[in-house]
Amino acid sequence: MGMTITEKIFARAAGKTAVKAGDLVNANIDVVMCHDVTTPPAISMLKEHGIDKVFDVNKIVVTPDHFQPAKDIASAELHKRLDTWAKEKKLPYYYKLGRAGVCHALLPEQGHIRPGEVIVGGDSHTCTYGAFGAFSTGVGSTDLAAAIATGILWFKVPASMRFTLNGSFRKGVYSKDVILEVIRRIGTDGALYKAIEFVGPALKEMTMEGRMTITNMAIEAGGKSGIIGVDATTRAYLDGRLKGMTEYTVFESDADAAYVHEDTVDCSRLEPMVAFPHLPSNGKPIGECKGLAMDQCYIGSCTNGRIEDLRIAATIMKGKEVRIRTIVVPATPEIWKQAIDEGLAEIFYNAGCVVSAPTCGACLGGFMGILAAGDKCISTTNRNFVGRMGSPKSEVYLASPATAAASAVEGKLADCRNYL
Amino acid sequence: MAKAHVYKRDHVNTDEIIPARYLNTDDAAVLAAHCMEDLDTGFVKKCQPGDVIVCGDDFGCGSSREHAVWAIQGAKVGAVIAHSFARIYYRNCINCGFYPIELHGALEKINDGDELEIDYRGGTIANKTQGTTIAFTPLPEFALEIVNDGGLLEHIKRKK
Repeated sequence: MGMTITEKIFARAAGKTAVKAGDLVNANIDVVMCHDVTTPPAISMLKEHGIDKVFDVNKIVVTPDHFQPAKDIASAELHKRLDTWAKEKKLPYYYKLGRAGVCHALLPEQGHIRPGEVIVGGDSHTCTYGAFGAFSTGVGSTDLAAAIATGILWFKVPASMRFTLNGSFRKGVYSKDVILEVIRRIGTDGALYKAIEFVGPALKEMTMEGRMTITNMAIEAGGKSGIIGVDATTRAYLDGRLKGMTEYTVFESDADAAYVHEDTVDCSRLEPMVAFPHLPSNGKPIGECKGLAMDQCYIGSCTNGRIEDLRIAATIMKGKEVRIRTIVVPATPEIWKQAIDEGLAEIFYNAGCVVSAPTCGACLGGFMGILAAGDKCISTTNRNFVGRMGSPKSEVYLASPATAAASAVEGKLADCRNYL
Repeated sequence: MAKAHVYKRDHVNTDEIIPARYLNTDDAAVLAAHCMEDLDTGFVKKCQPGDVIVCGDDFGCGSSREHAVWAIQGAKVGAVIAHSFARIYYRNCINCGFYPIELHGALEKINDGDELEIDYRGGTIANKTQGTTIAFTPLPEFALEIVNDGGLLEHIKRKK
């Protein structure tokens, strides 16, 4: 029996020639991602337990993002704890305010994600980095503390599911619509404990940004990780971008690797999707739901706050005015600058949007766009749980940047294809 | 004796267990005051030390925030019994020294307000109200050791 790409990555990380799904392994961690909510408690735990060390300063990447710039005194204290620690440990990859960004957009952009590696982060959407042919998963603060101190964590090697993405994308359909369709099919726990491997010709039409939108939401199906193999698009993205070590190992699934579930998505048959409250699995094609009035539009986050997303939104909003309050959040300072340089910020301004500093902000109900009771928000984010973006009586509708932008223009759920 | 607080729900998520508006602190006492707030605003008031939460599938889905375990521990909840748990949440429970009881069909066997007595090592729940005994698969020995030591870091320290 052959191995999946995920099994091969674990074999390498555990110093073994082969592993199989279900094996418990101690894996060497290549990158540990740290942000402002879950890392300060990890630092405190390490101090309390007298194991206040860092296994390798070059393998830890730190960026405040959830509540940055600090939204209140308590979050300022979190930032202070993070800042003090990062300076004390002399961490070379500490992205301070002005260079800090939404972690899952920032780390790939700044060249910290390499194929074939094992990456953990104190954030559930750490699965994003699987777009680069790496194993990547979210952990809690205790595991984060153990990873920071030892560089090793135990894992149960996950079984894999395989989704083959066929067909060419039709106008107005994007990778967000693909992943919302996948989650609609298998449910929010359909991939519990499993790696979701995406293969197929439709990937060729996706940029790395588009692929990251897919792997980012593997957790919304309960997945341990999402993964996409390396191709020319991956290599081109990584070329000249990688920091520190520039070599990487490319793994591929064997032809006879085992999958616990297989399915195909014909991307040429997909419609723009909207996931209704209060689960990401409540996806409906836009044709079945357009016209529902919205109060706010949010374009940003680790799912869809990258430059390609802003370009799509700007294309739709150009020369138009939004009818509802619309918040655009470039995910990193570089994307923010690109948005200005490319004239996107001006389009957003002219359309009546507000463009904010990079932050996770309102995506998780932190700040910069909190919803009141009864508010409905069309959002390019990843979760629409009760109270996710504010009042427990508000509602979040998940969609692509194109659908969000078109809905902002109409003030109600709208078909982006009418604007493209 | 532990009282069961039953929520006939699947996918009780980390935003309901501890809303992100409280994540600007990691103080367990503050988090505990808001435990389960977006699911049941009355939970903290009615929960007595040692009481048990009972839910359906996929408990703790969503964020990796360990705050969602600390809030429940802070509220002095004795255990969570669920048909299944989200992966990161399950792992976080063990790492924090908190026992997650996976029990398919729990919602059919336990009613809200039932008095329970749990044998964590043996894997049985005596439902005193209904006069029944329910078996569950106990945590494997290595995980039980971590829980009994009070969490992963304490466990690592003791093993040194």
